[in-house]
Amino acid sequence: MAKANVYVTLKPALLDAQGKVVQGALENLGFGNVESVRIGKYIEIEFNDGENIEQGVEEMCQKLLANPNTENYRFEIVK
Amino acid sequence: MKFGVVQFPGSNCDQDAYYAVRDVLKQPVEYIWHQSTDVSGFDCIILPGGFSYGDYLRTGAVAKFSPVMNAVQEFAANGGKLIGICNGFQILCESGLLPGALIANNGLRFICKYVNVRVENNTSAFSHKCSKGQALSMPIAHHGGNYYADADTIKELEDNNRVLLRYCDERGNVNDSSNPNGSINNIAGIINAKGNIAGMMPHPERAMEACLGGTDGKLILQSIVERLH
Repeated sequence: MAKANVYVTLKPALLDAQGKVVQGALENLGFGNVESVRIGKYIEIEFNDGENIEQGVEEMCQKLLANPNTENYRFEIVK
Repeated sequence: MKFGVVQFPGSNCDQDAYYAVRDVLKQPVEYIWHQSTDVSGFDCIILPGGFSYGDYLRTGAVAKFSPVMNAVQEFAANGGKLIGICNGFQILCESGLLPGALIANNGLRFICKYVNVRVENNTSAFSHKCSKGQALSMPIAHHGGNYYADADTIKELEDNNRVLLRYCDERGNVNDSSNPNGSINNIAGIINAKGNIAGMMPHPERAMEACLGGTDGKLILQSIVERLH
């Protein structure tokens, strides 16, 4: 069964408030070498048919999984 | 002349909007179910606030594929007046009917309070009852109201008088301390190029009666009524 791992990340131009908070928490924990933290989404999609998966996932990202105004995406297909 | 208020699963300002139009403005209004594919007979459609589809994935991301949204898109393309309030604004941006996006408030908190917004464009169908520069007091209630668009889009909005409302203090001064959520240029509401679609984070439908805290929202909804008559 094929599977797609989709990663949706905030565009670099956007301030990631959530990432900033986590960065602060990591620094408080003593991890002094943290330069930045950015938080995105990881989506796993399983398929029951191996045809045209790459094209399909591309379309899914464009239509729904990512917002082109604010987010970038990439994915890998795992057979 | 008839208003329609769309009900998505998770809408929670639909009844406020319905009440504001029917009981305060005394205008005909009907609910429109999200499964409906026909919005004929309506002159203004309100996409209300709430948490459509649980705000899953992104605010408004799933609502834009509701069956009713095809009909709403067609309605707007034919010049119908369309206003999205709070979650409705988020849905309009996700649908591409308005540019940009609403992302998480920069303080990462849900903000529920009265704010002031300055009327930047007082010639639109949604604001002509206001005076230019007037500071309106209306409530906001959102976690994702931080308006973001790329620099070109912001320039286009600013250059073409498409910023409708900007967060300000009670005297109308626009500054960082009056920006509750991090929105670029304090943007609280915008319109499309044709001027028949508006989106705003503040809730005019919740500022309709003095006994509920204020009446400034009436200027927005009454503007639509008068433009349609």
